[in-house]
Amino acid sequence: MKVLMFGWEFPPHISGGLGTACYGMTKGLANQNVETIFVVPKAFGDEDQSAVRLVNASDIIVDSTDEAYKEFWKKITYMEIGSNLIPYVGPQEFARLVEKNNLESTGLTKKVTSTKFNFSGKYGSDLMAEVSRYALVAAGIAKNLDYDLIHAHDWLTYSAGIAAKKISGKPLVVHMHATEFDRSGININQNIYDIERKGMEEADRVITVSNFTRNIVIEKYGINPDKVFTVYNAVEPTEKEVDEVKRYVKEKVVTFLGRLTQQKGPEYFIEAASIVLKHDPDVRFVMAGSGDLMNKMVKRVAQLKIGTKFHFTGFLRGTDVDKMFMLSDVFVMPSVSEPFGIVPLEAMRSNVPVVISKQSGVAEILKHALKVDFWDVHGMADAIYGLLHYESLGKMFRKYGKDEVNSLKWDNAAYKIVQVYQSLFQS
Amino acid sequence: MKSICFYFQVHQPFRLKTYRFFNMGHDHYYYNDFENSHIMSRVAQKSYLPMNDLLLKLFKKHGKDFKVAFSLTGHAIEQLELYAPEVIQSFKKLADTGNVEFLAETYAHSLASLRSKDEFFKQVELHSNKIESLFGVRPTTFRNTELIYSDEIGSLIHEMGYSLMLTEGAKHVLGWKSPNFMYCNAREPKLKILLKNHTLSDDIAFRFSNHGWSEWPLTAEKFTDWLSSLDKNEDVINLFMDYETFGEHQWRETGIFDFMAALPAKILKTKKFKFSTPAELGKELQTIAPIHVPYPISWADEERDITAWLGNEMQDEAFNKLYDLEPKIKNCDNQEILTDWYRLQNSDHFYYMCTKWFSDGDVHKYFNPYNSPYEAFINYMNVLSDFTMRVEENCQKSDSEKIIEKVDELSKDISTAAKKAVKNTRKKVQDIIATNKPDSASFDRIKELSNAKIKTLLKEIDAENLLYALQDATDEVRDKVLPNLTKTAKAEYDRLSEGIKKIRKSDIAKSRKIIAEKISRFFS
Repeated sequence: MKVLMFGWEFPPHISGGLGTACYGMTKGLANQNVETIFVVPKAFGDEDQSAVRLVNASDIIVDSTDEAYKEFWKKITYMEIGSNLIPYVGPQEFARLVEKNNLESTGLTKKVTSTKFNFSGKYGSDLMAEVSRYALVAAGIAKNLDYDLIHAHDWLTYSAGIAAKKISGKPLVVHMHATEFDRSGININQNIYDIERKGMEEADRVITVSNFTRNIVIEKYGINPDKVFTVYNAVEPTEKEVDEVKRYVKEKVVTFLGRLTQQKGPEYFIEAASIVLKHDPDVRFVMAGSGDLMNKMVKRVAQLKIGTKFHFTGFLRGTDVDKMFMLSDVFVMPSVSEPFGIVPLEAMRSNVPVVISKQSGVAEILKHALKVDFWDVHGMADAIYGLLHYESLGKMFRKYGKDEVNSLKWDNAAYKIVQVYQSLFQS
Repeated sequence: MKSICFYFQVHQPFRLKTYRFFNMGHDHYYYNDFENSHIMSRVAQKSYLPMNDLLLKLFKKHGKDFKVAFSLTGHAIEQLELYAPEVIQSFKKLADTGNVEFLAETYAHSLASLRSKDEFFKQVELHSNKIESLFGVRPTTFRNTELIYSDEIGSLIHEMGYSLMLTEGAKHVLGWKSPNFMYCNAREPKLKILLKNHTLSDDIAFRFSNHGWSEWPLTAEKFTDWLSSLDKNEDVINLFMDYETFGEHQWRETGIFDFMAALPAKILKTKKFKFSTPAELGKELQTIAPIHVPYPISWADEERDITAWLGNEMQDEAFNKLYDLEPKIKNCDNQEILTDWYRLQNSDHFYYMCTKWFSDGDVHKYFNPYNSPYEAFINYMNVLSDFTMRVEENCQKSDSEKIIEKVDELSKDISTAAKKAVKNTRKKVQDIIATNKPDSASFDRIKELSNAKIKTLLKEIDAENLLYALQDATDEVRDKVLPNLTKTAKAEYDRLSEGIKKIRKSDIAKSRKIIAEKISRFFS
């Protein structure tokens, strides 16, 4: 089986979770004897090379001399299209960035390992126009290649996917890694919503990264449930060695790690922290990451008068993330809407017990985690308090958590994706 | 004639409400009244009342030919009294027929037998009192929480004075042996043991409504046939199950009531069986062999062991922290604290913390008010933390604690006294050493004295002492002393010194000491 896949990034050129996921997925598919032609937009020669190095500090260490890696590339054809599609940026933001012509650090990434993405603004300044242009180029590619089906990741590539389907007549699978509702809450961008819905309507199969996302797709986009399948993300096993970090504070440390945006629910973490601190002053809370809610969060912490126990680190990069985990006794992900959520898995891999919101895809598969509704700050505080005070709880999490994470393999996810592919040809 | 023995377990725990850590210290009410009353009323309506009615009808119909046994936990009774008192009345009616035996167990449906003999005995006593006060008969047969049993628990039961108890016919304990006989405890042969026939019991309790089961639907005829086909030489078939099987676990719609309504008649019609209560069997049947149960068994799960309640880190921490309070509670007469103490011992709380069935177990989800064992643990520990604070504030110290405290106090006194004594002794010893020492230094100071003073001194010293003291003395000292002697004294001294051959060192020291003492007054 041969798949024409539209993504927007691929290791080592990654800025967020999607690139990592695509890498794991195609690797898993290769093990299932599925060949992939991977197409990504790329602003030719214009990227800041230091940015590339920065994102390289993420989980995936790609060594092109590695035998396994070579084997993998045999089954992959990798294509880049001249385009300046930027992941994780909406049209307004896109226009602003292009206008500015030189963007500084922005919330480009899903992970806190931020990347600086210098942009030349050489191409069209309207994101929607750019999406269309990308679709045209994609159609051109689609015409000249041989494959069995098309697989497009997230809305930026849906137009390309549809164009490819129209020109080739091959079935289309679209993959929802995040919806506009996750990114923007209730203030959604109508254009993006329309593209997402059209992509899913035109698609023969829709893959969602969790049932949480599947429900949104069915309820808010009106997609026929029969063609929507959930395939949970997985994680690449890592052999990363991090040096022992010395702890200089005697208090236990509770950590939030993520972008400070509405989607991630940082304010609920602060409220929970204040409840815990009222009854137990011997705890420190750390908020790692930055984003448009930063100032508001700092203000709220001041208002609650917990500043001496509540700390902001700003963006953490690369090994600082691992160090932060090593310094943490509890990790909290209070996301308001999280299609999947990979960070708690990274925490668990570092032996840190986690509290996660029920409004996350990852909550559907994790057993060794405490789950609370994001708005239930009392429950969240109680979970944190329990982990800090009742010894055996952390012991249980450390005992089983790491194994649980390591059992989430891309090979299994790829197997399920292949089943979805095969269902296209059975009827 | 072979016996059929029905025994039904009635239990409902006091489920805890969501109790956050910030409730600690000011909120001392731990129970989810809404859920507890809701569940109790539902189970009463769906199960206890209709099944009691059915049993009453069957007793009327069959007279003394049909009998059953019940065990009601203290907490089931408490909640029935609170939320469904009509059920108590209906049990009293059953008791009045004389066709029912009530069994003994722990009041709190607790795991005390695995931890504390004292607490275990106390709770069984409490339970028997309750049963006697309600139904007028004191139980004579024992059954432990969840049929938990081991050789050791058996010998405790024997010590309590029981001669019969019930437990699970666990395969791993029985091996090739049949559960359908009377056995006895491995240490105390006088304690008889009735074993649950788990295949036939579970056919009714668990498989009855399972459409995937090859024997579905189960009818009274079919079940009677199975009973009839068993080995003719066997003595008894023990059908032990939760009473909620009827109408709650197996809904009315499954036909469970019809099955039970028809079963006694069908069985009695064969003329091969009679119905007996455990107590009757205890009198009637001889034991055929001891059973050896070194590790505790129960009637739960495939494993038939105690891992549903104890064994993972959380269960063990909660269990140990709870029973660590026992010495303090022993002398406690605060009724509210005692009530909570029993309710917190409910085995169900530990069952909710079990992580075994992350993989299997719909059964357990059904019985579990929590979303995860972790939540169950946190909630329980929050409650237990508050309870511990109350115990520490309100409970008198137990005898053993008092003794330990007294010992601590004493040892403190003793050590202070000892230190004082040591100090005094050391001082004395130092003094003695200082004075006893063949202290040439202090004797030698004689040379620092003026001639006049030496003369005064010499008047007080006899010649012999002086002679001894001056042995081995430096020339400087001799030259200082001897010229100051009076002529008489000098003559005496010379005379003595000629007569002396050997002088012991001790004599030298003694003499020098005597002189040094006298010298000291010139310096003080």
